[in-house]
Amino acid sequence: MHIPDGYLGPTTCGAFYAVMLPVWALASRMVRKTLKAKQVPMMAIGAAFSFLIMMFNVPIPGGTTGHAVGGVLVAILLGPWAATIAITVALVIQALLFGDGGITAIGANCFNMAFVLPFAGYAVYKLISYNAPANSNRRVIAAFIAGYVGINVAALFAGVEFGLQPLLHHTADGQSLYCPYGLGVAVPTMLVEHLVIFGWVEAIVTGLVVKYIQKQSPELINPVTDEKGGQQ
Amino acid sequence: MKITTKLWIGLGILAVLCPLGLILPSLFGAGSAWGEWGTDEMEKLVGYVPKGLEKLSSLWNPPMPDYAFKGWEEKGLTHLSFAYIVSAVGGIIIVVVIALLIGKMLSKKEK
Repeated sequence: MHIPDGYLGPTTCGAFYAVMLPVWALASRMVRKTLKAKQVPMMAIGAAFSFLIMMFNVPIPGGTTGHAVGGVLVAILLGPWAATIAITVALVIQALLFGDGGITAIGANCFNMAFVLPFAGYAVYKLISYNAPANSNRRVIAAFIAGYVGINVAALFAGVEFGLQPLLHHTADGQSLYCPYGLGVAVPTMLVEHLVIFGWVEAIVTGLVVKYIQKQSPELINPVTDEKGGQQ
Repeated sequence: MKITTKLWIGLGILAVLCPLGLILPSLFGAGSAWGEWGTDEMEKLVGYVPKGLEKLSSLWNPPMPDYAFKGWEEKGLTHLSFAYIVSAVGGIIIVVVIALLIGKMLSKKEK
């Protein structure tokens, strides 16, 4: 889901930087309000985990590869705004040092994976885990489903961004200037890949780690933003 | 042991295992991620290289493209796996330092 340089035209790249600047500003503001000093190492661990889990490419035999993002997990543990910051750090380093995701597409990639993904996943998690005690199984199930939904919503956005390019930019004779696949190919491909394979990877990673942390350190399950469920 | 200590150890184990993300796709004959092809692959797929894509695709020269050392593209999986671990460890250190700095700047001072 790391859109490289050259797949999105200048309009799209500019638009997503324009959207992300206020999101990053707001995220900083929200994190300043909610993040406690003792949670800072956890945010660094979250950023590193996201960076690392994205290196675990999962193959579709004979086809393409994909990977989990770990972003829903970070959102569950630290809240979605801290997740936005943590995943942004991972994505920017991936783009700058390793060419994974384009420089011009940092806005779009952060929008999909550092904003849409943690927020969509977090919303699902909150809904399903509403009022559940910190150690309940419902929280693990909620995390599992939230991971699945979060990455699929992000994949949908990435598909739309890819798919808009032939409409936005083409030469007189119909050749695309950037991503050559339109909405009719890009959206179903991104969605099906993630619905069938990569979504489950994100789901399992999110569910398993929440289960582990629940066992080891249940106080970390949502004390930040959950006023009710946290500490029973 | 503190939970954060355990998680740091977990990250270390994952970093050593990360070449799986290279080896499994190779075993199963899986290529690039969808929409992340190089210009050669693009030409094979659609018969031409989109002009804007061609121009922008070489915009940035990352120091370790695709988590490998420059010029290692033709080396075998063992070399690439080594470079992958080096990338993972280096990347984690940089990501952690930056995240800690941002966290320090933003977090509330009281413990």
